[in-house]
Amino acid sequence: MSVLAKAEASEIEDAWSRLRQVPAYIFLRRPETGLVMVRARAGGDGRPFNFGEMTVTRCSVRLDDGMIGHAYVAGRNARHAELAAALDALLQDDGRGRALRVEVIHPLAAAQERRRMTEGRKAAATKVDFFTVKRGEDQ
Amino acid sequence: MYVAVKGGERAIDNAHAWLGETRRGDRQVPELSLAQIDGQLALAVDRVMTEGSVYDRELAALAIKQAQGDQVEAVFLLRAYRTTLPRFGYSLPIDTGAMRVRRRISSTFKDVPGGQILGPTYDYTHRLLDFSLAAEAPPVAAPMAEDPVDDTLPRVIDVLGREGLIESEAAGGDSPVGDLTREPMAFPAGRDLRLQSLARGDEGFLLAMAYSSQRGYGHTHPFAGEIRMGEVTVEFFAEELGFAVELGDIAVTESQMVNQFRGSAEQPPQFTRGYGLAFGRSERKAMAMALVDRAMRAGELGEEATAPAQDPEFVLGHCDNVEASGFTQHLKLPHYVDFQGELELIRRLRRKDGE
Repeated sequence: MSVLAKAEASEIEDAWSRLRQVPAYIFLRRPETGLVMVRARAGGDGRPFNFGEMTVTRCSVRLDDGMIGHAYVAGRNARHAELAAALDALLQDDGRGRALRVEVIHPLAAAQERRRMTEGRKAAATKVDFFTVKRGEDQ
Repeated sequence: MYVAVKGGERAIDNAHAWLGETRRGDRQVPELSLAQIDGQLALAVDRVMTEGSVYDRELAALAIKQAQGDQVEAVFLLRAYRTTLPRFGYSLPIDTGAMRVRRRISSTFKDVPGGQILGPTYDYTHRLLDFSLAAEAPPVAAPMAEDPVDDTLPRVIDVLGREGLIESEAAGGDSPVGDLTREPMAFPAGRDLRLQSLARGDEGFLLAMAYSSQRGYGHTHPFAGEIRMGEVTVEFFAEELGFAVELGDIAVTESQMVNQFRGSAEQPPQFTRGYGLAFGRSERKAMAMALVDRAMRAGELGEEATAPAQDPEFVLGHCDNVEASGFTQHLKLPHYVDFQGELELIRRLRRKDGE
């Protein structure tokens, strides 16, 4: 669910369109956009406080074979939440789930890891060593 | 007091049509897309999300476009929109210690574990106008190091914490967390409500308050213990699933201020803390928030509270720019009856003086 939520909507759409068999499903909960209040902690590790909200879209589906899938996805993209829920349902199925992990989830996770690596390497290139210089009055 | 007025519909419609035309500007110039605003005016988007108190880059970009770049108006639009959405619940507290750091600096320790990481900063730029941008020259590619920065960097504050030289934050257990979006502010306000209010507060106002505290109106002797910016994952406990799900990543800026404290009868001298947190890359805001948070703790720390920045009622009562803008601008509403009364009074007084 985490990989599906963090993927780009276009990546999910791509993955879905490449499925050999697109399953039929019905909505248990149509895509619905709402707010989650993000909590943080005073000082980073102290008492919780309400920091600010974020938009979230959720969706639940049931496949023809009865498998149920859920999605909670940051943002307001209904299609992203819908396909993430359908893929989540497919992943519950032992037979199809394994293949799906290899074909869909691993590539999405790898793409996310690549983006993180790129950012992390750019950040590392800005690491500095400051030297404290002897001040004039000390001489 | 103002009175209801009728009429003016056509004038209002025409005014709004003209506003729309003005917003679009010269039609020979291509129209701005939301993706352009998000990508190229990213810090404006960050500020509108922070003070609008909704993390959604596209909505903030739309608000900025609609408000013609007027940030306070854009914040208002975003706050109004959020009232149309249902609330799913509260996230688990984000863990800024596990942040995927893109920038991290400390002005208290030169050799901070994990290093000083500048990130995409305006610091050290010369603040000279760059005319190559006017010529739309492409940027130089950002160099990449062989290895990325460490996945998690220890907090600078913990270095002092290990020696007990700085106060530790009380975890606070299960006590309920106040929410300004559900109940209005009441005084005395707990740290939870103060931090929520500051996080939504106007950057300009908090910057001026923070500055006043530095200039002597409530001395707090601050050091920037640590400023870090990067991405954190937001987790939400979904009741129907019975477990926490990751919703996605958000970018935040965190500021930990370290301040002097002389100690008291019960406590030896130690450093105290002020905390700032904002959506996106909003470093000035996060720093100002941390200074004001610490200044407002004067009462709790037994310091003499004499300055505006140390007065929670003053700061929190005036830091919200939607409220401030609304009350200032309500003066544009018809006050005809009120003013007629005043006019009558002045005339009467002058008549009496003349007699």
